[in-house]
Amino acid sequence: CELIYVGDCGSAGRPSMRGSPFQFRLEAIVVEMQDSKSGVKCSEQKLNISTIPHVITGVDVLTWITNKMKTTPEEVQAFGTMLVAYGYIYPLQNHKKLVMCNNTSLYRFQTPYFWPTQNWVAEDSDYGTVCQMGWWVTIRTGVGTLFGSGTHYSHLHDWMNHKWDFIVMQATEQYKAGKERKKPDRVVFDCQERAYWIVNRPPVSNMFYQQAIMRSKVKSSVSLGALAKYVTTYKNHDPFLAPCLPSNPWQTDNDTYWTCNTRRVDVPTKMRVERWSFSLFELLSDLRGRDDFKTFLKKEFSGENLAFWEAAEELKWGTGSSMTSKAETIFKTFLAPGAPRWINIDGRTMGLTVKGLEHPHRYVLEAAQTHVFLLMKKDTFFRYLKSPVYKDIQKKAINPDPHNFSPAQLEQNAQSRSLGIHPIILWQQEEEEKAKAAAASAPVDVKAMMSKIDRNK
Amino acid sequence: MCDQTFVAATFGPCESCGKASPLMNIYIKTEAINYCSFCVEMMACKGLQEGETVASLKKESESLKKKLDEERGKLSDIELNQVAEKVEVLGPLCIKTRRVLKGHGNKVLCMDWCKDKRRLVSSSQDGKVIVWDAFTLNKEHAVSLPCTWVLTCAYAPSGCAVACGGLDNKCSVFPLSLDKNENLSAKKKSVAMHTNYVSGCTFTSSDMQLLTSSGDGTCALWDVESGQLLQSFHGHTADVLSLDLAPSETGNTFVSGGCDKKANVWDMRSGQNVQSFETHESDINCVNLNYYCQLNPFVSGLCCCMFTGAPQCRFYDLRADREVAIYQKDSIIFGASTVDFSLSGRLLFAGYNDYTINLWDTLKGTRVSVLFGHENRVSRVRVSPDGTALCSASWDNTLRVMSWSTMSNILFYTQRKGCCILRLFSL
Repeated sequence: CELIYVGDCGSAGRPSMRGSPFQFRLEAIVVEMQDSKSGVKCSEQKLNISTIPHVITGVDVLTWITNKMKTTPEEVQAFGTMLVAYGYIYPLQNHKKLVMCNNTSLYRFQTPYFWPTQNWVAEDSDYGTVCQMGWWVTIRTGVGTLFGSGTHYSHLHDWMNHKWDFIVMQATEQYKAGKERKKPDRVVFDCQERAYWIVNRPPVSNMFYQQAIMRSKVKSSVSLGALAKYVTTYKNHDPFLAPCLPSNPWQTDNDTYWTCNTRRVDVPTKMRVERWSFSLFELLSDLRGRDDFKTFLKKEFSGENLAFWEAAEELKWGTGSSMTSKAETIFKTFLAPGAPRWINIDGRTMGLTVKGLEHPHRYVLEAAQTHVFLLMKKDTFFRYLKSPVYKDIQKKAINPDPHNFSPAQLEQNAQSRSLGIHPIILWQQEEEEKAKAAAASAPVDVKAMMSKIDRNK
Repeated sequence: MCDQTFVAATFGPCESCGKASPLMNIYIKTEAINYCSFCVEMMACKGLQEGETVASLKKESESLKKKLDEERGKLSDIELNQVAEKVEVLGPLCIKTRRVLKGHGNKVLCMDWCKDKRRLVSSSQDGKVIVWDAFTLNKEHAVSLPCTWVLTCAYAPSGCAVACGGLDNKCSVFPLSLDKNENLSAKKKSVAMHTNYVSGCTFTSSDMQLLTSSGDGTCALWDVESGQLLQSFHGHTADVLSLDLAPSETGNTFVSGGCDKKANVWDMRSGQNVQSFETHESDINCVNLNYYCQLNPFVSGLCCCMFTGAPQCRFYDLRADREVAIYQKDSIIFGASTVDFSLSGRLLFAGYNDYTINLWDTLKGTRVSVLFGHENRVSRVRVSPDGTALCSASWDNTLRVMSWSTMSNILFYTQRKGCCILRLFSL
């Protein structure tokens, strides 16, 4: 039996199928799947607290399809997902994901009442009935208040006046039948209906347009002007537009360009130092630049802002398990009253941060970190650029002479390409350096030192 | 401050369910509320409210769309080509292939550079993930995955691990080692689990978090150590095909593009969809964020480029919230599937299904050059971290590393499809 493609696979969209010649063949297969002897294995399953009858698992469905269709696993998966997307089978657990999962996820066959081929357009009146039902169920009124008042009810009444009698009649029947149904059936019916509506009435939400309108925007002249300025500023630093000094390693097979721009080089290149002046982001992203900035801050005795920013970054991007201990250390070092590296932020931010630290999470320091970053960006960064520290490094920076290899030399270069240092080794070295720096800057334990001196005496 | 990510994320009790979690600040009919991401989703899926009909909501939707276009129009006081008039024209660009990496047995689907600017990881349809030192052409590691079609791979920022995923619906992390003979599969760590294929993955600023996009219509942020889902991003109504992280000061933003013809910009902290761009063409195959920063310390922003299965690349200004350029040419008939910017953002490299890579001048909107060489469609192009080279992965089982050639006196010669351009190069 060849596979029937009813639509464009690969999209979770819901193409319309009404009137399709394939749907009847599809339904014949779905009927076969429900056969008690040769169909998909079904059983009773516990879902939350109710027991649901005639439940099938995703893996069983896919196995049945494989045996029937004798085709590749990808085709089988696609077909299974189509059955769910079109509403012949609905998921019991994850209502919104209309896919067939190849595991023990639970599904049920949709009752023929709700099959797409029943050729009814999901009418508003049905939706009204569902809403009405939903309203009754959620406010749990008894039969006595079936025709109870309430603004919701009267709005619905006005909206669907012309069909009102029909709706009330339908709703009453459903309500009675609902009450009579045993709890598991009600859960099942609820799932069936919800599944039907998810397939046939995608949620209409204008919320996102509202957000888009309220979002702050900038004039094109400002942002496009900024773009043009950025591109022009970085032009000489772009290896596709200006030559690298001394040479592009890929072109000459000589990696001096990389070795003179490493993380811990003593004397950086002029281009590198120039790039630090473009923005605080550039300065901090280049760890060599950050070191230079730290030297400046040390002279000004204001290193705590950057230290706090670094600690907050580590908290944000660190592992989940280390968060609590990091948050504690940060509080003790930077935020507690009388802390050794107390940062000077406004009272409101401090209050919010300290309160948030009671239940630390990844972004608890966001407000404080942003405040500190903006402070550095608007003030400290510009003072750094005018400082003797920066002017000094600008003077010391080297400008490598461009390479001028002969063809023979280029041949030789190609034969002996340098291996460089493996990133794992570099990372290990960095970790060692960090540990050393942390140890060096740890607050001195005066008591321990005094007792040591006493012991030595 | 127009950069959305500078708005500090609020954390506290959700106004709807009361649970403490990162909150999204959204507007309901100009009234601001703070809900957690779960309640926002619930609200988006709620049925009709009192007084609402499907027809009335549709009308409201149309009027909101019109209002949004009006708001955007008010701020479009200049076009990109006008701004670009003052910028000098680019000279002819000669780009040469420096390395051809051969070793995969089937289509190469994805690649990513290491921060050390010379190593890269690539994954292919035969289930193999190879770590190369592209400078010396050494294959350092090769891992065989049980599932074929490894759709995505990423190199960790520290250079100590790689992540890969695909049709197995998972994304796994492999720690690398200095010992070439070590079996990396033994140390494999399964991090991400989706209900459909994983189409894209990337590490954030550290090795500890992984961002994935999937065919199940969601993106997700994972804690690598525990495998825990930190945040999920719902908003696409179809498969998400690609994602890209923004190199911004706060590092909180990323963009994703999907089969629903939308590119969504997300705030990683709250899961909120902060911006969205729609096209009316086919699926969005790739999105890419380039960062630009004005020297004025009070302003910073992002530009985004995306493209569609159609032979057009679109350029969006995130701050002005509009499309500012379309890169297309009548002679280009096949769709593009991958894109990346050069370091300054002036050049846009786009890989197409007609086996070529086109170079666009982002400001002037013109095509600067065409790169030939691959014998099948180009699946991925990426510029190296220091901008010195471009790597392209292709369905012809190879990867090519290219860089700019500084020789002057360049004439171009090539014969292709009946048209003849002269090209000659020596270095």
